[in-house]
Amino acid sequence: MSSELHTDIAIIGAGPAGIAAAIAACAQGAHVTLVDDNPRPGGQIWRGGPSQAPASASSTFRQLADSQARLLSGFRVAAIPAPGQLLLEDPHRAQVLRYGKLIIASGARERLLPFPGWTLPGVTGAGGLQALVKGGLDVRDQHIVLAGTGPLLLASAATLRAAGAQVLLIAEQAPWSQLARFGWALKAYPAKLAQAASLAWQLGGVPYHHASHVLAALGQTRLEGVQLQLGARTLTLPCDWLGVGYGLLPNTELLRALHCQISQGAAEVDALMQTSQAGIYAVGEATGIGGVDKALLEGRIAGLAATGAAAAAQALAPKRKRQLAFAALLDKHFALQPAITQLAQPDTLVCRCEDVSHASLQLFDSWREAKLQTRCGMGACQGRICGAACESLYGWQGSGDRPPLLPTRLGSLLEPTLAKANPT
Amino acid sequence: MNPVMHGDVLIIGAGIIGSALAEQCARRGLRVAVAEAAIPAAGTSAAGMGHLVVLDDNPAELALSRDGLARWQARRHELPANAEYRACGTLWLARDEAEMQEAERKQAGYQQHGLSSNLLPATALRKLEPALAPNLAGALQVPDDAVLYPPVASRWLLQNAQALGAQLWCKAQVSSVDDEGVARLADGRLLRARHIVIAAGNASATLLPGLPLKPRKGQLLITERYPQRIRHQLVELGYIRSAHASDGDSVAFNVQPRATGQLLIGSSRQFHDTDPAINWPLLQAMLSRALEYLPSLRQLQALRSWAGFRPATPDKLPLLGKVPGHSRLWLATGHEGLGITTALASAHLLADLLCEQAPALDPTPYNPARFGPWSLADQHHPVGVAA
Amino acid sequence: MKVQLFIDGQAHLATLGSNLAAALAGLPGRCSVSGQPRAALCGMGVCFECRVTIDGQPHQRACQRVVYEGMEVAREL
Repeated sequence: MSSELHTDIAIIGAGPAGIAAAIAACAQGAHVTLVDDNPRPGGQIWRGGPSQAPASASSTFRQLADSQARLLSGFRVAAIPAPGQLLLEDPHRAQVLRYGKLIIASGARERLLPFPGWTLPGVTGAGGLQALVKGGLDVRDQHIVLAGTGPLLLASAATLRAAGAQVLLIAEQAPWSQLARFGWALKAYPAKLAQAASLAWQLGGVPYHHASHVLAALGQTRLEGVQLQLGARTLTLPCDWLGVGYGLLPNTELLRALHCQISQGAAEVDALMQTSQAGIYAVGEATGIGGVDKALLEGRIAGLAATGAAAAAQALAPKRKRQLAFAALLDKHFALQPAITQLAQPDTLVCRCEDVSHASLQLFDSWREAKLQTRCGMGACQGRICGAACESLYGWQGSGDRPPLLPTRLGSLLEPTLAKANPT
Repeated sequence: MNPVMHGDVLIIGAGIIGSALAEQCARRGLRVAVAEAAIPAAGTSAAGMGHLVVLDDNPAELALSRDGLARWQARRHELPANAEYRACGTLWLARDEAEMQEAERKQAGYQQHGLSSNLLPATALRKLEPALAPNLAGALQVPDDAVLYPPVASRWLLQNAQALGAQLWCKAQVSSVDDEGVARLADGRLLRARHIVIAAGNASATLLPGLPLKPRKGQLLITERYPQRIRHQLVELGYIRSAHASDGDSVAFNVQPRATGQLLIGSSRQFHDTDPAINWPLLQAMLSRALEYLPSLRQLQALRSWAGFRPATPDKLPLLGKVPGHSRLWLATGHEGLGITTALASAHLLADLLCEQAPALDPTPYNPARFGPWSLADQHHPVGVAA
Repeated sequence: MKVQLFIDGQAHLATLGSNLAAALAGLPGRCSVSGQPRAALCGMGVCFECRVTIDGQPHQRACQRVVYEGMEVAREL
């Protein structure tokens, strides 16, 4: 592989949105390059690639395989050395990718919030545990508790059970009144309702507690148990794994670095999925959490729009309204209860990279000041975890991102074509 | 509107210079207030390396940096642990015989002023820092130089001042000052003091148009944690040439081992780039330079890079003293890349002047009158500006 | 199908195609800056808690790497 690649359409993220965009753009005859930092395409929902994805995904994977799209798996976007260029890195090499148009399908991560014991090995995100199981983690006969909020808890429980785990219970923080309203509203979305019913069927027998949350993870050097608030009572349970996630957050680092407008944590896009920057599109969870159907649709729209098929893209736009309405439902009915942001004790670590405690952060009133004085957010994750936690706990907004986007080998930053491309 | 604060000294800017001065004035029993436009220690003070280094290009620079380092050394045990003070020393690296001769000259200069330093031949250098490129000719070791983490050290100075009664006004953007001791804030409030000291770094020029201060951009990059790879602050002898190159863009090898095990990699200088974003070609030039000295850096992971702006004067010396033609308005800025090293020295010198005491150092070389005079922001054209 | 990898020099069998964080199964891969053991949290390349040294390269995210025959993993403890 030469160290510099050219493409008409670069797509970042090979989850459903990115794959749909690639298929649509390839069908228009464009040269497409699909970049993903995971070993295989599929994103989080279809993690593990075609062999492990559900039947509903197989035609999408087949269309991708039949397309002319160039797939760069295991490559992360390290930096933006100049307009129209991305510096990519894999464990062995660095590449410059020059593009005409860019579609960002960067997906989402879990909102992970601090509680006592959350740094113990054995405590993971709820979706994180699902991802690990999809990645081959053996959970046969393991005792697992899931807590947090949102439909992901159910999906994760289903994956874990299918893998042979004993899911002891699910603690959903939303109160029954909110859940009932969500269930009622789902009637307008038969497909989602069917998914929910199917999950409920797979989960037969797993206790599902509403208005419930984790209080603490217990153990010395590894998770041994969990203390829970279940409605009005507390319960302590021994367990092997604890998965806790408070919904999803769009990954916006690349969008921010490209100066795309972000509002309420997601990329702002027009009807054709274009961001505030001409020629840069955002699709899927990056524009707001809405699930796989929204992702597939948005990917198609952007794939068409970016290749000049504006009319065909426009024709799909009305369908998006319905997906956005569903996204709004999720937001509304799984909003966090105040107790969730008050679980951290003074000695609970909020920044896990630099081990910064809740007590030391409470002394400050801005992210910038806390960062300078405590190193919060200065570690390897670059504030991806603690930034969201600080926003939930203290109401702080993160400040400017500093390249590279992810820790990158110095040698990669010296990728020679970069300098040649940017004479001063 | 009546002034909302009365005191002896109002300091504009809570960077390391303003904070050190606030502490020094408060220690002398003065009633002090500090007006900070944004967040303490978040400007140039947060952007630099925190290398406490004695530089010897001219007697005035040597005097101030030497006094500054001595004062940090004397207080090292008072500093909080997260100020990360470490007396790691500096190795001035020579690539060839010509640079070795420069090292010898440098040593003679230090010796003349009673400063200790050791000339290291190539073998001794390799023993001290095995990661360095094998083709280096040697180095001059200055064992007393040190490093610290400036935002925490700066905040500590400010907290000391506050503990002695100094008031801190945050988000207090000063829009104008006069020679009657009145500062007007952007929100209309007035602050009054017997003396006003402008210690606002590059922003000082907005209050004193025509101030001979130019932002000189610098870029740094920090790696993930790789403990024990390097033990000294490593600087190429060509650093002085880069630091003092009067105009064009330049880079010089300068690497600091942080207490965390991270490596802080510099350095670059630019006068004409005012964009706070990273300049990639220059970052690459800086990293290429670093790899010439430390080839094993290539495999290390970069965590973050950023740019900052040093407040630079035409003669590389700070502005410490009265604003020319004024009786109650003072300056404490223009330290370019030496503000951390010289903060305590500058604070002592200016506090002495404010208290009408004779400073330990001759203040003449730092007197702003060497460039002045200037008019104030709300008046008309600046007069007699040295560019 | 299994592949053999080495964790701190000890041979381990892992399922072909699984990722390294899954293969480590909650075994701490690193010590935090204050000395606490840490293992995978997010499972998807975001949190950097699962960092280990792979084939001599420190600070690699285990969850982003598929195991292979002869992979040498050193925990950063």
